[in-house]
Order: sequence, then C-alpha cells, then structure tokens
Amino acid sequence: MEKGKLQEYWKINLGYLIGLLIAWFVVSYGFGILLVEPLNAIKLGGFKLGFWFAQQGSIYIFVVLIFVYVSLMNSLDKKFDVHED
Amino acid sequence: MDVQMWTYTIVGATFLLYIAIAIWAKAGSTKEFYVAGAGVPPLMNGMATAADWMSAASFISMAGLISFMGYDGSVYLMGWTGGYVLLALLLAPYLRKFGKFTVPDFVGDRYYSNVARTVAVICAIFVSFTYVAGQMRGVGVVFSRFLEVDINTGIIIGMCIVFFYAVLGGMKGITYTQVAQYCVLIFAYMVPAIFLSIMIAGNPIPQLGMGATGADGVYLLDKLDGLHAELGFAAYTSGSKPMIDVFAITLALMVGTAGLPHVIVRFFTVPKVRDARISAGWALIFIALLYTTAPAIATFARLNLIDTVSNQSYAEMPEWFKKWEKTGLLAWMDKNDDGKIQYLGKAANGGDAFEGGKPAFTKQTGEYGQQLMSNKPTDNANELFIDNDIMVLANPEIGNLPNWVIALVAAGGLAAALSTAAGLLLVISTSVAHDLIKKQFNPNISEKSELLYARIAVAVAIVIAGYFGINPPGFVAQVVAFAFGLAAASFFPVIILGIFSKRMNKEGAISGMLAGLIFTAAYIVYFKFVSPDMNKPEFWWFGISPEGIGTVGMLLNIAVSMIVSRITPEPPQEIQELVDSLRYPKGAGEAVDH
Repeated sequence: MEKGKLQEYWKINLGYLIGLLIAWFVVSYGFGILLVEPLNAIKLGGFKLGFWFAQQGSIYIFVVLIFVYVSLMNSLDKKFDVHED
Repeated sequence: MDVQMWTYTIVGATFLLYIAIAIWAKAGSTKEFYVAGAGVPPLMNGMATAADWMSAASFISMAGLISFMGYDGSVYLMGWTGGYVLLALLLAPYLRKFGKFTVPDFVGDRYYSNVARTVAVICAIFVSFTYVAGQMRGVGVVFSRFLEVDINTGIIIGMCIVFFYAVLGGMKGITYTQVAQYCVLIFAYMVPAIFLSIMIAGNPIPQLGMGATGADGVYLLDKLDGLHAELGFAAYTSGSKPMIDVFAITLALMVGTAGLPHVIVRFFTVPKVRDARISAGWALIFIALLYTTAPAIATFARLNLIDTVSNQSYAEMPEWFKKWEKTGLLAWMDKNDDGKIQYLGKAANGGDAFEGGKPAFTKQTGEYGQQLMSNKPTDNANELFIDNDIMVLANPEIGNLPNWVIALVAAGGLAAALSTAAGLLLVISTSVAHDLIKKQFNPNISEKSELLYARIAVAVAIVIAGYFGINPPGFVAQVVAFAFGLAAASFFPVIILGIFSKRMNKEGAISGMLAGLIFTAAYIVYFKFVSPDMNKPEFWWFGISPEGIGTVGMLLNIAVSMIVSRITPEPPQEIQELVDSLRYPKGAGEAVDH
C-alpha cells in the first residue's frame, strides 16, 4: 500500500488513541483518585460521586471506550481499504 | 438434599462437563495447541479471557478485601479492569497482526535478538509460576472447606482435572473449557449477590442496590460510614492510603494486567485483527459484570457483619458464625469476659485482636462455647478476627440462602481457580517447548515432537504447581506484587515501544527491560524480604509501596530504552518494515509457524 496514505491512516489512529486514553485517564485517575475528595461533595443517589467513579463508573466507561475504539477503527479500516477480507 | 450432597453433585457435574469438552477439543497440531488454531470466535474468546483473568483471588478474596479496605479497595477494581483498555487500544490488534504464538516470539523477532527473547522467556515463566501456585492453593482451600476433604487431596484432584484437559487439548481444550467455566463462575457469583441485594437494599441489581437505602430509609453507604465512625474504623467511602500510592498501585496493576503473558496470548487465538480489538471489549464486559458486583457485595457484607456481631452476645450468634469459626476464618477472644463481641477499629482502641496473625486454636472451648486460642491477646479492646475470604464464601449462609447456592459457590470458586491455572500452565509449556526448545536449542524439531514436548512441559508444570500448592512457600501473598510489578516493568514497555516507536532497537529494548526489571525486583525484594520491618510509608521512595513500584519501573524502562536507542544504530530496514506492517490490519493471515 502507498506510503503516504498509510502514514495518514496511522496519524488518525494515533489521534483516536490519544483522545480515548485521555478519557481513560480522566475517569479513573482524575475522577476516581486525584479529584475524589471534591467530587465526593456531590451525591449521586446514595453514592458520593468520587467514590462511585472509583468503584463503578470508571469500569463502565472503560467498556464504552473499547467499543467506541472498535467502531472508529472498523470504519477507518474500510475508508483506507486496509480491512481484512 | 444437604449441602454436602449438593456440593458433590454440582462440582461433579461441572468436572464432567470440563472433561467432555477436553475430549471434544483435542488438539492435533502445535497451532491448535498454542493458539487454538487461531479460530476462536471473538465473543467466546472474550469469555475465555474473562475466566482466564479472574482467578481464585478475584472470586474468593476480592470482595472481602474491598469490604475491609473501603475506598482503598478501588485500586483493585480500577487496576484490574483499566488494563483492558490498554490491551484493546495499544497491544492486542498489533500483536494479532504480528501473528506468531507467544510474547517472547514478538520480543525476539521485533528486536532481532535471542538475548531479548531469553529475558522475555524467563520473565514469562517466572510470572506464570508465581501466579499458578496461588491458584492451586485456591483449589485446595475450596475443596477442604466445602467438601471437607484434606487440602492436599483437593489439590491432587484439581491437578488431575487440569492435567486432563490442558495436556490433551492445549489452548483449544483450555479455551472451550474456560467458556464453560466463565458461565459457572459468573452464575455462582451473581446468584448470592442478587439475593443479598434484594434482602438488604430491596433492589435485585446489586450495582444499584449498593447506592440504595436500607429498610430504615438511610442510604447504605452513609449508614456504613456512620457505623465505621462509631466503631473507630476509617470511613468506608474515603480511604486511608496516601493518594500517590493509590495512584501508583492502580497504574502498576493496569499496566501489569496488559503485560501479563497469559492474558496477551489469548488475543493470538482469534481469526482477525478486528476480532482482537472487539474480543478485548467482550472480555471487559464479562469481567466488569463481576468487578462491579464485588463492591456491592463488599458493602452488603460489611453492613451485615457489623449488624450481626457488633456488641452482640456470642451465645446468640447464628449458626454460620460457629461453622466458620471451626475453619479458622473467624475467631473471637473474650478479652473483657462479658460474653459479647466487641469489634473495634484503631480509632476506638481497636486493632488486631491477638498477636500472631492467624488464630491458633487449642481445641478447647470456653465458657460460651467459643474456640479458645493460644495466641497472646493484644492490649486493645477489639475481640474479633475475620479473614477477608469469608465475605464471599459465607455469603450464602449469612443470607440464609438455599443449600444449592452454597454448592454453587464452591463450584464457582473451583472454576475460577482452574481456568486461571490452565491458562498459566499453557504459557509455561509454550515458553519451554516453543521459545526454548524450538527457538533456541533445536530449530529443526518436527511438529510432532514439538507437540510432544509441549505436552510433557504442561505435565511437568502441573506437578511443580501442585507441589507449590501443597507446600506453599510462605511468600505467595508477597509475590503477587512481584508478578504485576515485573510484567509492568518489562513486557508492557517493550511491546508498546516495539509497536509505536520504529526507532526502538535491540540495545534500547534490552537495556530498558533490564533496568526496569532489576530496579523493580530490587525494591520489592528489599522491602518484602530483606527488611520487612522497614516496609512503611516513611521509608518508601516518594511514598510508593512495593505494590505500586512497577509504575516507577515502567517509567524507568521507557526512559532508558529511549535514551539508549538514540545513541545506538537504528534497527535494520526489514524490522522497520515489519513495524509498518503491524500498523494496519490488511494481510493478517492466520497465526503461522515461521
């Protein structure tokens, strides 16, 4: 495959990765650890928000992040014609 | 039927199922043996990965650990799930495109070096053995508590079962057995959790029940914080560990998870690159089901425990209390002779009830029928000893659930331990037969004899693992930090840099791996073995505990690799082309043998 196009494909992929990893960092290390105290002042039903992110929320968002990446990449693969079969 | 009969029936039925699957999925080639012929559908691979990943510790111990640690327990919840995001985004698709059998294969080929391959093989074997010994012990513990056979007999039965399906079926047998084991373990975990959630929070979904109100209209977590304050424990919803340590441990566990060879190898078994991405997603869904339920169980169990025991008289304790007392997971020492159980934390003059860690029963019973101990009492007011493991194991009894549920928990614990053990044993055998014998000593070996070596290696590994299970080295608990620390400081950076930096060469990779490994190992050995009495926050570097030091090891590895690779020659042209080809999915054939 053509070199320039491949580089473009890789650049877009890196862009997706950076965006999703920022989200990954923010929900776990940000909301669940670094900002846990201030967020705990907010209540989500019976949960303090920071505590909820640390024990529940971050895990749900991890799952969502993976599926978002899968769907972004599947369409990117098609667009650049690097998909399998 | 009584509990015993139910347990024999359910455990027996699940074992028959595993054996039947093994016979059906017999491996005929090395490719089937190592990577299940790279033909596992992604959904099933996700399930198998989940079972592979969730060990006896996740199933039996984690909820209990969180129950005692409160917010601090979050390090395990985030740490053992967040790694899958890294796997799906940064590792799995590229390693699948690479299309060989093992992690050392990748390291050896990408860094065109047998030295790098050898370092990787040694790490893989060490990490896997560390882990597998704990699983065998878990099998023994479940057998002895539920079937009342001797721990050693339990381990031998477990060894025979794993022997059968791992030796016969290799990865193919293991994968399909793990799918069945996932179903057993998740069912066994959810049923008591749902019952408890209905009972305590009036909500059948434990994840929601945890944030709901109890019968008295007070939010469960608020009530728990109140009880903790009253009894002198640190608040449940805010931790007592320093923030930097929580951060470092979580990161070390995440990165370690993504670097564990038995997890990575699962992504070699799917047919396509895009299957590798999505199967990481399925795996995390299946894992998240248990991992989001665990903190709910932790909350319910903690409330229930305090409610049942605190300041109540021993004579009125329910039956489960006395039953579990016999196993040594619970013990009560009536220090003030009032016949009531005082359960207190440090802030209310509590602490360890007695010296010596575990209760040493004298086989005599005291005034109220309690088991007496020869341990020396401590001078604080706490009288109760509780082992973490009891929270999950005794849950069905605490909740007064039917006998078949108790039997189900036994089968679930066994499924969790066996599935993880099998995955690890396969990594060990592949490392020996493929990475050492074929790649280093005898490249001309025929496929048939390689397969034979692989089977012999599994068999030998099972025997060694069983030996460690029966004679556990005193350091099993300590070495878990080792497994994650080493995976984080060695495999993860070396793989990531191999994919994302074309400039990374063998000099950089080898020196980085060695720097990360030696630093991490030295730090852990120093605080865990050389001077354990210095293992306190005031002596730790930057306040980071040995559990979290893998994070620093990983950063060190990356820094050293980057610097060394810039001052040494760049990798050969064909390696740079290999890296280019990893970066897009097209042309990923089935996993091939060179």
